[in-house]
Amino acid sequence: MAENGNGSLKQGFKIPEINYTKLFINGEFVDAASGKEFETRDPRTGDVIANIAEADKGDVDLAVKAAREAFDHGPWPRMSGYERGRTLYKFADLIEQHIEELAALDGIDAGKLFEFGKAVDIPGSVRMLRYYASLADKIHGETLKMTGEYQGYTLKEPIGVVGVIIPWNFPSMMFFLKVSPALAAGCTVVVKPAEQTPLSALFYASLAKEAGIPDGALNVVPGFGPTAGAALSSHMDVDNISFTGSGETGRVIMEVAAKSNLKTVSLELGGKSPLIIFDDANLDMAAGLASAAVFFNKGEICVAGSRVYVQEGIYDEFVKKLITVAENWVVGDPFDPKVNMGPQIDKVQFERVLKYIEYGKRDGATLLTGGKPCSGNGYYVEPTIFADVKEDMKIAQDEIFGPVMSLMKFKTIEEAIERANCTKYGLAAGILTNDINTVNRVSRSVRAGTIWVNCYFAFDADAPFGGYKMSGFGRDQGMDAMQKYLQVKSVITPLYNSPWL
Amino acid sequence: MAARRAVSSLLSRCLYASPKTLSPSLLPKERAHGSAAGILQRFSTVAAVEDPIAPSVLVNHTKLLINGQFVDAASGKTFPTLDPRTGEVIAHVAEGDAEDINLAVNAARKAFDEGPWPRMTAYERSRILLRFADLIDKHNDELATLETWDNGKPYEQAAGIEVPMVSRLMRYYAGWTDKIHGLIVPADGPHHVQVLHEPIGVVGQIIPWNFPLLMFAWKVGPALACGNTIVLKSAEQTPLTALYVAKLLHEAGLPDGVLNVVSGFGPTAGAALASHMDVDKIAFTGSTETGKMIQELAARSNLKSVTLELGGKSPFIIMDDANVDHAVELAHFALFFNQGQCCCAGSRTFVHERVYDEFVEKSKARALKRVVGDPFKKGVEQGPQIDGEQFNKILRYIRLGIDSGATLTAGGERAGSKGFYIQPTIFSDVKDDMTIAQDEIFGPVQSILKFKDLNEVIKRANDSRFGLAAGVFTNNLNTANTLMRALRVGTVWINCFDIFDAAIPFGGYKMSGVGREKGIDSLKNYLQVKAVVSPLRNPAWL
Repeated sequence: MAENGNGSLKQGFKIPEINYTKLFINGEFVDAASGKEFETRDPRTGDVIANIAEADKGDVDLAVKAAREAFDHGPWPRMSGYERGRTLYKFADLIEQHIEELAALDGIDAGKLFEFGKAVDIPGSVRMLRYYASLADKIHGETLKMTGEYQGYTLKEPIGVVGVIIPWNFPSMMFFLKVSPALAAGCTVVVKPAEQTPLSALFYASLAKEAGIPDGALNVVPGFGPTAGAALSSHMDVDNISFTGSGETGRVIMEVAAKSNLKTVSLELGGKSPLIIFDDANLDMAAGLASAAVFFNKGEICVAGSRVYVQEGIYDEFVKKLITVAENWVVGDPFDPKVNMGPQIDKVQFERVLKYIEYGKRDGATLLTGGKPCSGNGYYVEPTIFADVKEDMKIAQDEIFGPVMSLMKFKTIEEAIERANCTKYGLAAGILTNDINTVNRVSRSVRAGTIWVNCYFAFDADAPFGGYKMSGFGRDQGMDAMQKYLQVKSVITPLYNSPWL
Repeated sequence: MAARRAVSSLLSRCLYASPKTLSPSLLPKERAHGSAAGILQRFSTVAAVEDPIAPSVLVNHTKLLINGQFVDAASGKTFPTLDPRTGEVIAHVAEGDAEDINLAVNAARKAFDEGPWPRMTAYERSRILLRFADLIDKHNDELATLETWDNGKPYEQAAGIEVPMVSRLMRYYAGWTDKIHGLIVPADGPHHVQVLHEPIGVVGQIIPWNFPLLMFAWKVGPALACGNTIVLKSAEQTPLTALYVAKLLHEAGLPDGVLNVVSGFGPTAGAALASHMDVDKIAFTGSTETGKMIQELAARSNLKSVTLELGGKSPFIIMDDANVDHAVELAHFALFFNQGQCCCAGSRTFVHERVYDEFVEKSKARALKRVVGDPFKKGVEQGPQIDGEQFNKILRYIRLGIDSGATLTAGGERAGSKGFYIQPTIFSDVKDDMTIAQDEIFGPVQSILKFKDLNEVIKRANDSRFGLAAGVFTNNLNTANTLMRALRVGTVWINCFDIFDAAIPFGGYKMSGVGREKGIDSLKNYLQVKAVVSPLRNPAWL
């Protein structure tokens, strides 16, 4: 494994100049009211990339005030859906012109694969924005079938000022997952990006301004959860808060929303998603998908397929192939195109992953491969696989958010369903089989928001995404996501002499 | 963006037709001229037609567009397309007939059965349609010039409203491509049921001459968004702009064979398309008479599904609480817009007896002020009718109106001595049983009828074989609500008229047609619905 953890830095790549480090409030880049700054670091080395203005309550107040003003009196909710859509299309076109630079920013700030960012993260963000740009003129209320002589209809109105708090694992995708539908709906937005990854969000703010999104309609306030995040969640003038991140933080957000103005909340939280491989699965595909499902993005993905259930008939052979795939998984500098996996985001996460590996060993799981940090600087961890895992072990229950797979054997479909559901989470699941009856049954039985059959991570702008149980509520993506940012108003008036009811 | 806003505000100002906010460019400058001198002076603008303004555009595309190539008709035949200002030939256009339709359908069939169009992602299809929209914007003025030249509609209307609406519609449909959803439906037993919305296949489309580009957009937009391939027959009076934009669509990346444009005549090319065994769907906008034939041919051939958007005799109802000045302006616009050549023209103006006399007087004054002349001239509101046939038909109806005892309040004659110009014409004291109150005239002839009460006007408004649209003019909520439900028409405009947003469905009741265009409803015309059912073993829920 050591040879995988080459950790060599690509000295050749030119790190883009960091142009945006201030808060973006009411169309202007400004210092924090306190004058405070925090450091954002390169996870490959732990070195400081830039000092970023640090928002706290006072700055959040200013941002919300700007968003409130832009919503209550500004042009954004008052222009036609077509015009809003055209502005968002322009925003998308501008992002497309800066794909390389944005992918590099996420690369240095989050340790994400540069090539993947260029091919997937940034184009995916553009695609998301275009999806909602074209939905802006397709928000339909309905005329109603009333019981009496009444004419009734519904108006779908923008909900108002939306607070958005997003994580560091997909800084660009998460930004547009929330911001695109909110803006398309006619809402105004205050975004708090993760303190680990503020760079691309600030870049997007500048492009939004260039695209013609009116001042105050989109504000970006980098900062920390307990200060800026808490201020946003508990703000009396914020109408909706949309959060992606950990379960613990999600609870806090819901609580402060309840304690303040009962703002509506949507939460997309953690997961411990099962990948269920049946006897008839193609083993090569299964080994490839299982590895990708948990090692992709260093395991720093809420839908990671971190519990792999394999039917007993193919278990032994599958394990052999899986180890081969895992050991050929190249860990190293994310700017190297040959690399499959970069470093964990920061020291805290790095140490947390290693701690869980220790829990696995302690609880009696069999370490098949990996289990150590890679040599060199930075927060690199080997792709790690535990076998003989039991549902009551910590590594099978908690979201590790790192490249650690828990491998388990099962006999029957009933057993697989029961064990797959034996979790407090319900974000996603994978099923590998060509048996249509198995697919239909398991798809309905597993209590999770997304089921991937013979694929994994098949995200799509049109496919709603979100969790059951403690993975959260509400959906991002697709037409469903719009509902979070819309109020429903019924309008009813009496009818006289209607020829039909 | 700024230019676009200007266009959209021009549009809304024009179509909401509040007299105070009407776009100056679409109104006569000499508003105050009600005198005979003013009238003479105004009609004298027609004299300008004696020396028509030369259009600044080249006619580059006159051949058939089949399988991505511009080709001559198989027969080698051509037909002239005429300038309605003068009756002179603009260009000779390849004349498609059954053989060319066969070639075009074969190309469309192959493009659908084997080609990339239905097989690429919806996102890719949307990108091509968006690029097309940008190209239309880029060529806005050329397209508008060509449209005015071939059709005779005011250039300001074509350039400021219609061509921008074409790109707007394309963007609307581009947005639907990746949002075409079937339902997963509940089953009574242990079954999993998915509904797939599939493209219907090869689509035949036949469009009229009154809004050549807009009708192109209404038809082609949803068909392409759904992943179909098309054979489109443009009207023989106006073949030029369809060929031009079809070329732009190919520039935008449309694969060959996906859109084929065949210029030609109804009895030959149109009939061949409607009765073709390899065409899965036919969509037509035009006269009720032709619509009937198309449905018949579809029935006799392969039972292809049919949508028809046909004629109308739409009522415009002015209640007694109306602001008469505003009502006059809106009713005038509802009828005279586009030389009266609108299927939804508000051609039966029902006016409450309490405001009737004032309304007739003011309508007359407004009609006399209408600026008729060379459509390329700034400030002109009304150009020539499309051709000699329509021109003669309208004059015949005017004669019928006079003979049947209606009061000729304004106009009634041709305007000028050249081309197909007709004076804005108003008949008052029109009775329901007069031919001018029953038939679609499709020209600048307003019929004003008097009514007493709401129930009466509902009955009379509905006493028509058509049911395309209606205008309602009142500020009384209860009256508006009653009329809204009682009128058997596809569109009710309350205190506005001719609002044609991309998202608003449009189509007819009764003999005004079948199906709806625009809006989400229009997608249904171009999708097959497939239910996929499979058993569920031990489902966790039903």
